[in-house]
Amino acid sequence: MTDNRLKRLGLGLAAPLLALLSAFLITSLVLLAAGDSVTGVWGQILSPPQARGLTNIVNAATVYYLSGVAVAIGFRMNLFNIGVDGQYRVASFAAAVVAGEAFLPGYLNTLLALMAAMAVGAVWAGIAGILRVTRGVSEVISTIMLNAIATALVAYLLRKAAVDNPGSNITATKDVPEGSRIPGFSVFPDSPNQVYGFVVVAVLVGITYWVVINRTRFGFDLRATGLSQSAAVASGIDTKRMIFVSMLLSGAVAGLVGMPILFGQAFNYGSTFQSGLGFAGIAIALLGRNHPVGIALGALLFAYLDEQSNPLQILQNVSPDIVRITQGTIVLTVVIAYEVVRRYGVRLEQRQVALALEAERSTSREEASP
Amino acid sequence: MSVAVTGTTTVKAPRRRLRLPYVLLGFALLLVLLSLLRIVTGTGDLSSSGTLRATLIAAMPIGLAGLGGLWAERAGVVNIGLEGMMILGTFGAGYFGYFWGPWEGVLGAIGFGIAGGLLHAVATVLFGVDHIVSGVAVNIIALGVVQYLAVLSFSGVPGGGQTQSPRVDDLPSISIPALADPLGSLEQRQWFFVSELAALLRSFVSNLSVLTLICLGLFVLTWYVLWRTTFGLRLRSVGENPAAAETLGVDVIRYKFIAVATSGAFAGLAGGFLALVAANGFRDGQTGGRGYIGLAAMIFGNWRPGGLLAGSGLFGYTDTLRLRGGGDSVHGLLLLVAIGLIGLALWQWRQHGRQSALVAAVLGVVVALWYVLTDSVPEDLTGMTPYVTTLLVLALFAQRLRMPAADGKPYRKGSAG
Amino acid sequence: MSSPSAAAASADATDVVVRLRGIGKTFPGVVANHDIDIDVARGTVHAIVGENGAGKSTLMKILYGVQKPDSGTIEIDGRQVSLSSPSDAIAAGVGMVFQHFMLADNFTVLENVVLGAEKLHGIGDGAREEIRRISATYGLDIDPDALVEDLGVGARQRIEILKVLYRGARIIILDEPTAVLVPQEVEELFDNLRELKSEGLAVIFISHKLDEVLSVADTVTVVRRGTTIDTVAAQSVTSRQLAELMVGSELPSPTTETSTVTDVPVLQVRDLTLPAAVGGRPLLSDIDLTIHRGEILGIAGVEGNGQAELVEAVMGMRPGATGSVELSGQDLAGLSTRRRREAGIGYIPEDRHRHGLLLDAPLWENRVLGHQTREPNVRGPFVSRGGARADTERIVRDYDVRTPGIDVLARALSGGNQQKLIIGREMSGDPSLLIASHPTRGVDVGAQAAIWDHIKNARREGLAVLLVSADLDELIGLSDTIQVILRGRLVGTFDPASVTPQQLGSAMTGAADDDPGASPA
Repeated sequence: MTDNRLKRLGLGLAAPLLALLSAFLITSLVLLAAGDSVTGVWGQILSPPQARGLTNIVNAATVYYLSGVAVAIGFRMNLFNIGVDGQYRVASFAAAVVAGEAFLPGYLNTLLALMAAMAVGAVWAGIAGILRVTRGVSEVISTIMLNAIATALVAYLLRKAAVDNPGSNITATKDVPEGSRIPGFSVFPDSPNQVYGFVVVAVLVGITYWVVINRTRFGFDLRATGLSQSAAVASGIDTKRMIFVSMLLSGAVAGLVGMPILFGQAFNYGSTFQSGLGFAGIAIALLGRNHPVGIALGALLFAYLDEQSNPLQILQNVSPDIVRITQGTIVLTVVIAYEVVRRYGVRLEQRQVALALEAERSTSREEASP
Repeated sequence: MSVAVTGTTTVKAPRRRLRLPYVLLGFALLLVLLSLLRIVTGTGDLSSSGTLRATLIAAMPIGLAGLGGLWAERAGVVNIGLEGMMILGTFGAGYFGYFWGPWEGVLGAIGFGIAGGLLHAVATVLFGVDHIVSGVAVNIIALGVVQYLAVLSFSGVPGGGQTQSPRVDDLPSISIPALADPLGSLEQRQWFFVSELAALLRSFVSNLSVLTLICLGLFVLTWYVLWRTTFGLRLRSVGENPAAAETLGVDVIRYKFIAVATSGAFAGLAGGFLALVAANGFRDGQTGGRGYIGLAAMIFGNWRPGGLLAGSGLFGYTDTLRLRGGGDSVHGLLLLVAIGLIGLALWQWRQHGRQSALVAAVLGVVVALWYVLTDSVPEDLTGMTPYVTTLLVLALFAQRLRMPAADGKPYRKGSAG
Repeated sequence: MSSPSAAAASADATDVVVRLRGIGKTFPGVVANHDIDIDVARGTVHAIVGENGAGKSTLMKILYGVQKPDSGTIEIDGRQVSLSSPSDAIAAGVGMVFQHFMLADNFTVLENVVLGAEKLHGIGDGAREEIRRISATYGLDIDPDALVEDLGVGARQRIEILKVLYRGARIIILDEPTAVLVPQEVEELFDNLRELKSEGLAVIFISHKLDEVLSVADTVTVVRRGTTIDTVAAQSVTSRQLAELMVGSELPSPTTETSTVTDVPVLQVRDLTLPAAVGGRPLLSDIDLTIHRGEILGIAGVEGNGQAELVEAVMGMRPGATGSVELSGQDLAGLSTRRRREAGIGYIPEDRHRHGLLLDAPLWENRVLGHQTREPNVRGPFVSRGGARADTERIVRDYDVRTPGIDVLARALSGGNQQKLIIGREMSGDPSLLIASHPTRGVDVGAQAAIWDHIKNARREGLAVLLVSADLDELIGLSDTIQVILRGRLVGTFDPASVTPQQLGSAMTGAADDDPGASPA
């Protein structure tokens, strides 16, 4: 039993390691071809980060993590929520407006804004869910369209809701009042900056995700639908409802993606609010195999690459965008590696089953013929 | 559910394809509507030759990206990496255009696009990676590659920078003043329909980039190759039923590969067009999601070149009106949309599509109210048009759209039988 | 039925167009074919019969170049050939009509036919003419410009045959061609085949429906456990003899024990009607049936006559169904599939891979499937891993599921063991009705006997059983009553003690309206 567990763990780790290795090699080849210093770049990226950098990594990973979980919820259902990007931007804007207006005092305001974010994210994803369930429109296409619509809608609403920021040409919503901000805490000694307080929420989201998916009846239904929709129907699962509900859940978590930034750093939603987090989420969910711990590791890796590549321009005269190539390559190689390893695993298991049955048969034959 | 097989043959009315006379009739009708609209709303810019020429330039990259999508999806490979391949194309055009010349820029754009296409092909066709995943990865990688290379190539070059190439020379363009001038004066007269027609023709005979003409030719070429040649038949068969194709001796993998590489070439050219015709060189972020609009236009056009051309024309038109500051012009269009939607509702009702009819009617009323209650449409909202249109088309006509049957399904050799 | 001159089992050597010698093929862990020897003569219909999984399909894929044999030789027209792709096979004059049609629905007939053979007559009018010519010659009645998706099953099959003829094939393989056809269409197909035969073509006909084989074939080769057992002239055997050759021993047939039928109705279906999705004849019309405690009701019918729809309507998987379905007096109308299962229905679906299992989940999770609201699998809103695992161990033990453990993926088990797991699962939770759809399809003979025992046990324990099967011996051996379904209607009730497969067969094809054995439904 433990032997089997070890084998499975080994197989599970083999794929991401294989992927990382290939991404490392391909990136190096690009650097070589372009005539940049391979050792210089990797030397910088692999150097131990400062306390400040560590804090940045954890903060960025928090955001990535939520995005990864949002995507993973869809993935477990065989749903491709490309729309996390649009969902979190619409939701962040809504939350920023709610928090900025401060209808309620202190943390009640924060709570209200978070609820608003989740609700708006869910609604935005729900549009794709409705279209899929009632009209059979692929969620891939509809969420791509909704992303673009979100961009235009938020730009329009931002212009309406913007307040004048003296001395700045950035349009942004009203600032979140002091009392409603989520304080950070210092984890790394001597760090001038603080880890988002929201990291606690992210961890809670991860734990909830794990429990719901792996331990509850609802999670079982969700996974069963993802594994085989036809078997799910025959077992009595209302798959249409499941599609809609999981789209809502995915959207609700997507709504949280921008919250660490809103309540821990930016305090308003403006034209410079970080974008593109949804697509990183897809990569991270794939890398982490939709497992809450895997997603966390993937998020940390992406955040690490981002942070460590920042000084490349100054130190090595190499564009930090080189890590985008690494990250993109990881997405491809990790999928290929998982497939290779999965096929190997299935073959291994089939052989085991055959062996076990063979052994059983021969012993019974011996018993039969004394 | 098991497939119920019964003795009765389902008899359906044979689908009629659009024939040329109908297309021309539709076109004329559109011009009549625009003329009417000009008179009713009093906004002249809706159908000026300037608007139409700008529309042509705005529509071309969308259409080319859509053609890229069409090639890939007809062979059964979904390509949401179009955006990334387009980005590669803008850089290829900027780099080769600046260091060699504008025509070399066109080739560079195509070459970079093909590189993106090959990456997608290797991942999806050879390694069987999910098409969406691969497309997302291509987009991430392409953006990284271009930003990385742009810094490498253009920083320190006079007129260039980390995010843009120096100015690239223009491609030659065609003007026929002998036709353009009389047409121009006709357009000035503001005669019903005649002026619109003149404006349309004029946009084709004054200052028309050669590349625009070539690109228009590519639509015809695509139609011919895919629907009139053996190669095209085989390529489409791979997207409809690869197992069947394989049993008949078609090398499925090879055709998919060629299709996706071609798809990259078209997307790259789309980027090249942006950099060389619509602008004077490479800029970071130049594509602005046009790859996705191309995908939308392709779906709008029901995976056919003619429909795609119509879709990209429509999306290019709205984009142009937005850019020409046409809050007022677009406002005029609302009336057209409202009439169209209500007409659609009536038609759907007759076709017994009660649900669709209701949706269309409600939307029509909303748009009509919008027209009556406001004077202008905010620019940001105009930008949504392609996406909202596509969502509506998908929602209302999902049954009438016909994507290739094996689109998006990974295929492995030997799956036949 | 067959012409005597062509029915020679030992054909003249010059007449042999296909000669297979010692063909063998091994997949990882499975020997699919070994020592296959077959001679097919010109101008004959040569049937290859065998049970599901006997290796017929692999053999044909080898002959059509889809798979390469590991050993043995293939001779066509006296020349040894190596077929490494379908193109090679086509070039050698071999054509194949697959069981699942290989047609692109959104293409016209013309496009489908010329694909891959564009060089012969182009892709335009030349090809169109050629298709019309072939269609007329063999009486296929095909319009080259029709869109395939508008055509029915019979026409699609004729397109497949036309495709093969268009390429000039002299040897035509048909893989289970009648599985999807209704009786009239089968007759039309057989007429077409006779036409082909008289033109001097060789037809290889794969089937496990013995009566059909005997009516159309000249020569029959029996395949069992991957190898050829015997080749006989069709005139000289009966279907019973062929069947025994197929299974290799005295045919095991289930035997009913003393009746346990009570007069307590469990399932009562009244006026069950299911309209077709896009107009046309309803899939089910006015179905009335009652199953009592301890009774097995068998449903016989040619595939595609509404059996699957009947089962799915009772399970609540067909939203458009009207009429009443009562389980032990409880009205099931409007209840979801899950509620119906909870009300006491166990369900062994027809296609266990698609409907019965999560192939990529471990056995114990498959134990939960379909029972995810019930003890011992759940505790409140949570899945009880301990309870589910323990109960899976019990099923593995009691139902003799051969597996090294309950953590292996369902995919890794053989078909028979997968089926035993499903039966064990569906028998848990005290069902009052068991629906078994083709319960022994595609399982080996050993598992078949075990599955029959389990169904008989269920009956003895007082369950009502709705048994749908295409295997008439199975139906006759297990059922207390047999009803025949034809075009969505129940058309006759039979007593298995007195009915013969022939009587059932004619009722199933609609030829038995005046049969004395049938009582009006």
